[in-house]
Amino acid sequence: MLTIENLHVSVEEREILKGLDLSVNAGEVHAIMGPNGSGKSTLAQVLAGKDNYNVTQGRVLYRGEDLLEMEPEERARRGVFLAFQYPTEIPGVNNAYLLKAALNARREADGEQPVDAFEFMRLIRSRMELMNISKEFLNRSVNEGFSGGEKKRNEILQMLVLEPSLAILDETDSGLDVDALKIVAAGVNSLRSADRAMVLVTHYERLLELIVPDHVHVLSDGRIVKSGDHELARELDARGYDWVQQEAASA
Amino acid sequence: MATEQKEITDLVKRKYEHGFVTDIEQEFVPPGLDEDVIRLISQKKGEPEFMTEWRLKAYRHWLTMKEPDWAHVRFNPIDYQAISYYAAPKSQEDAPKSLDEVDPKLLETYDKLGIPLHERARLAGVAVDAVFDSVSVATTFKEKLAEAGVIFCSFSDAVKSHPELVRKYLGSVVPHRDNFYAALNSAVFSDGSFVYVPKGVRCPMELSTYFRINAANTGQFERTLIVADEGSHVSYLEGCTAPMRDENQLHAAVVELVALEGAEIKYSTVQNWYPGDEQGVGGIYNFVTKRGECRGANSKISWTQVETGSAITWKYPSCVLRGENSVGEFYSVAVANNYQQADTGTKMVHIGANTRSTIISKGISAGHGQNAYRGLVRVLPTARGARNYTQCDSLLLGDKCGAHTFPYIESRQRSARVEHEATTSKISEDQLFYCRQRGLSEEDAVNMIVNGFCREVFKELPMEFAVEAQNLMNVTLEGAVG
Ligand SMILES: Nc1ncnc2c1ncn2[C@@H]1O[C@H](COP(=O)(O)OP(=O)(O)OP(=O)(O)O)[C@@H](O)[C@H]1O
Ligand SMILES: [Mg+2]
Repeated sequence: MLTIENLHVSVEEREILKGLDLSVNAGEVHAIMGPNGSGKSTLAQVLAGKDNYNVTQGRVLYRGEDLLEMEPEERARRGVFLAFQYPTEIPGVNNAYLLKAALNARREADGEQPVDAFEFMRLIRSRMELMNISKEFLNRSVNEGFSGGEKKRNEILQMLVLEPSLAILDETDSGLDVDALKIVAAGVNSLRSADRAMVLVTHYERLLELIVPDHVHVLSDGRIVKSGDHELARELDARGYDWVQQEAASA
Repeated sequence: MATEQKEITDLVKRKYEHGFVTDIEQEFVPPGLDEDVIRLISQKKGEPEFMTEWRLKAYRHWLTMKEPDWAHVRFNPIDYQAISYYAAPKSQEDAPKSLDEVDPKLLETYDKLGIPLHERARLAGVAVDAVFDSVSVATTFKEKLAEAGVIFCSFSDAVKSHPELVRKYLGSVVPHRDNFYAALNSAVFSDGSFVYVPKGVRCPMELSTYFRINAANTGQFERTLIVADEGSHVSYLEGCTAPMRDENQLHAAVVELVALEGAEIKYSTVQNWYPGDEQGVGGIYNFVTKRGECRGANSKISWTQVETGSAITWKYPSCVLRGENSVGEFYSVAVANNYQQADTGTKMVHIGANTRSTIISKGISAGHGQNAYRGLVRVLPTARGARNYTQCDSLLLGDKCGAHTFPYIESRQRSARVEHEATTSKISEDQLFYCRQRGLSEEDAVNMIVNGFCREVFKELPMEFAVEAQNLMNVTLEGAVG
């Protein structure tokens, strides 16, 4: 599904990703953990196509095609979804409108007809119930005046409606209360399937108790320095990152 | 982000859809202006003596006036002797009695503009008056309106068939001495629409006028007068287009609204005059005086305007709130793209006690466009308990355009409450990226964000036209991506 080879990325002359390798197969859930500032969001943004990052070396293949060549909207239409760490507010544009435009862009790319109003309402109602989001929410402006937790739930709602092939979730668990965390995890789990892959960026092992990953990676100073299974996340939770970094340094 | 700025300029390319010319025989009065020309216009229109005198009085006063120079706009001096003050389709000489007698070419023109005049083809429930250069060519649904007692006809008709109403109200809101362009209009105005809604009548349909400038070297000086008698209600919409031409053309209209006790007038404008090309060549100078008077208690006048066209827009739809508890509203979206200049806003004059006004202004600047909001809120000592709320937002697309806000507040009544809020913002990279990450093209993302910015105003438009306004906005900003 996704193959990242020797990815080097810099921002304003400063190198942030320094030769990152990662391979994600369909059906898998990967967790990426790592200290603040290690480059996790940078990786997520580069995969989504944010333009002020310079890729200086390496390549990224998505379903065998060069992902970095594609415009952000093209990536989205082909099923790449990023749940933002800091979702943006768009005053005056209501949630339902954006969602419908997004869904139709995706459908058009797949050669399908635009969704009809009735079908659309039924679809989002069911997803909203799952995310425990109230109805009036649809007529509110995108993320405007949302609490931190509401913004995160909105990201997952969008994901559930768009049903991406590759979902990248950047700290979707941060700032959520215990109940919201469960709701978000249930939402994410409902999308897990053999033809879909997910990359979860997180600082907290407790998310991974709810969404059990197939692989866990530690990103430190722009590189994946250690990979393992769920057990690695538990160990990191108990011991922190120092030992991994030391291990990486001495290797 | 140099690349980004480049994209903005690249993308600020728009197509003006209505820029065709109709090839039709027209009758002109030769360019130039003097008392004889005015007499000729009046005579051609078969006007009664009082109208001729009224025009001449305005003309004589106009001669003593100077063009205003306080607006935030720049243009070359206008040669008023080079303009032809009257152009009419020839077939209008013996004015058509019904739509069937209207020149088929004209009907075709309006079809092209998406304003089919044939009543059976009309959107349900909208009556249209179409003004082609100087004259009204057709008014639809006349009979249906007449059943309700509503008079909706061309100004020329009104002068002949309802002289007492015209005489009573003409110039009563915008007197001929009001300003330079209003004086000129009073002297030479050719046609326009007239509406009278009798006591207690709720006008059964939307009324709408489409103005079209077709001939070269002509000015369009139309005049609209709407009178809503006690307890009546009317919603009126005007739309405007013009062919693409290299020279600038002057459009100096006057609109007067009178709302008597308990009456309500909703006046919406979707202005799409030719704005000139990407280099700023050509386009309409839109110098317009629009004013409504809430003459009676509990009356209400609401202006909604979407101004996307014209090379220069100079326009301040205003409300004189004379009656107690009367309400004035102004909702505006003004766009300045390429080299367009917009200086627009409103005046709310509070005279009666407990009068209230709301001003919501949304200015969008792109390309090299300059957009100024100019608003005056004046509270006279008689206006106990008056209230005003003004919100003035500017959105910039790119870094070569400008937004300016000139709010003037003059309050002479201590119990009055006047609030003003203003913001200026840019479409942020983050907003664009967010939308694109959800699969929207850059263009659609900009349109969506801009439409979101305008939402408070668009929702005031009559339903049939809200969509039109939104589409117009998309065309206007075609490519203006930031
Ligand atoms: N646009 C930018 N301009 C300058 N520096 C940047 C930019 N984006 C990221 N950086 C820097 O790159 C480094 C990596 O940032 P990134 O956001 O990817 O970290 P992260 O691993 O997601 O951290 P956190 O856990 O705090 O979210 C940081 O030092 C950050 O300051
Ligand atoms: Mg981060």
